[in-house]
Amino acid sequence: MANAFLTDEMIKDTIGKQSSPVRLNVEAGAIIKFAQAIGDPNPLWNDEASARSGPNGGIVAPPTFLRSLGQVRADFPFDMPFDRALDGGSDWEYFFHVRPGDNITATATILDITEREGRLGTMIFTKTIVEYENQLGQIVATQTNTSIRY
Amino acid sequence: METQIYWSDLEEGQELPTLEKTPTTRQLVMYAGASGDYYEIHYDKDYAINNNLPGPILHGALKNAFLGQLITEWISPLGTLRKLSCQYRGMDVPGDTIKGKGVITKKYISGESHLIDCDIWLENPNGEKTTPGTATFELPIK
Repeated sequence: MANAFLTDEMIKDTIGKQSSPVRLNVEAGAIIKFAQAIGDPNPLWNDEASARSGPNGGIVAPPTFLRSLGQVRADFPFDMPFDRALDGGSDWEYFFHVRPGDNITATATILDITEREGRLGTMIFTKTIVEYENQLGQIVATQTNTSIRY
Repeated sequence: METQIYWSDLEEGQELPTLEKTPTTRQLVMYAGASGDYYEIHYDKDYAINNNLPGPILHGALKNAFLGQLITEWISPLGTLRKLSCQYRGMDVPGDTIKGKGVITKKYISGESHLIDCDIWLENPNGEKTTPGTATFELPIK
């Protein structure tokens, strides 16, 4: 079935588009504030004194802390007329801990873009992978997201 | 913290301890500040209603964080989360008590890692799974 909005050329131009890198210097205070905001009292990310004698040798970031880098998003190579956005889901893979003092660089790459008619009218689904790299050149985590514009 | 759980102690089909959360609009504002996601549908009632929503709704990423807590609280301090996935199927609203639940689907060894796969989800007060997902984590053995 033909799309109402997306053409084959738009799809071809969109897949593989990359964002500018987004950088974050990870501060201990930001980790603790994030843990408080999500209501997670785990001492591994709240309490430096006890975390220091624990398995990680100090506090580390909780699993979704890297969301605090903000939106890491590649621009569409066309005018996007659907200005409302919904988050469809998230798929994380973790390889190394994120620690205070780390310099994280995040880059997003668009993996796929599709269109569907739904309850909200024409909906554009964009699947993006964000790779988070630390100052040692290690990919600490990847996050594959689906965002919906309608 | 509770005592450490070990890979050897777990079985396929076993349920995870339930995590209960009752987020407030105050928590949504705290999450907006901590995450940098200031989209108004999460704290501005008029804005949310104008966007055909019942009122402010939870950030998907906050629900993602609850599912992270469901696992990490259980496997800490020695367990390591490897994968965490979820889909935002239904909206959740502040004031509702949400339950994080899960069940072990696979127990296996890969290389030197002792791994567990789980189905996980958040349930609203009507028992609907608004946020289903999966997780994989590594545990020590006895």
